[in-house]
Amino acid sequence: MKEEQDYIRNLADIRSMMERSSKFLSLSGWAGIMAGVYALAGAWIAWKVFDFNPAETVYNVESETFPAALGNLVFLALLILILSLSTAVFLSIKRAEKKGENVWNPIAKRLLINLAVPLVAGGLLILILIGKGLIGLIAPCTLLFYGLALYNASKFTYEEVRTLGLIQVALGIISAWFVDYALLFWALGFGVVHIIYGIYMHYRYER
Amino acid sequence: MNISINSLHKAFESRIRLGIMSALAVNDMLDFNSLKEFLDVTDGNLASHIKGLEKEKFIGVKKSFVGKKPNTKYFMTKKGKTAFDDHLKALERLIKSQK
Repeated sequence: MKEEQDYIRNLADIRSMMERSSKFLSLSGWAGIMAGVYALAGAWIAWKVFDFNPAETVYNVESETFPAALGNLVFLALLILILSLSTAVFLSIKRAEKKGENVWNPIAKRLLINLAVPLVAGGLLILILIGKGLIGLIAPCTLLFYGLALYNASKFTYEEVRTLGLIQVALGIISAWFVDYALLFWALGFGVVHIIYGIYMHYRYER
Repeated sequence: MNISINSLHKAFESRIRLGIMSALAVNDMLDFNSLKEFLDVTDGNLASHIKGLEKEKFIGVKKSFVGKKPNTKYFMTKKGKTAFDDHLKALERLIKSQK
């Protein structure tokens, strides 16, 4: 007759297989930390170098009076996005290799689709906001839709991503109310919260 | 003590079969290669275990084509789901009864 230990190991095996076959567990905490660093640097550049102040631009409905630096700001935001994404992809590949797994599997695909739907919707809305001159609402919208994307995708990865998503959604809503401080909230959400999340995940799962 | 030892189904004695069932319990459908990757086994080994589970009618097969390539997907049948759930319950009971 089998021992209790065997049954426990049996259950543990089942659990681990269910997790491995339904969750993408190659996300690295470092990706969060680096994304936070890029975001803080970007927010600082927007504020100091481009002199971006949402308080002055929010009611700027006339398209002729766009802030001159708007093009630069969009470019900066895209740069942060691309840097963060490529860092996350690169670190995930490295981590999967270390575990002897293939990073591109059906779960990775499902994770990406679930991330992409809210993100693309948010991206299109932001393009419309830019077109209509509602510049002040851009930062709150990025937080809101990014948070929704994380919340939506969290069932296919670590459960902490769900909390991260909810925090970003909350910050997005609050910053839509306090538009004057939108850049500050943006730096808090994409910068500080990412870094805290990354450190937590690194210590919890990668050591 | 041995109330539930019989409810541990023979089909689940193999670690690989249990692995296949666990993976299919949380995925609607999986193809051969995904299963192979999760379980880290050879083609022949996996094929024979899949055949065994198919014979028990615990898993079903859905064949289709992706372009010209045949694509075979596996899913858990109702019977398989019941057996797997019973197996889990039996394991839990056994662990509890030994405490």
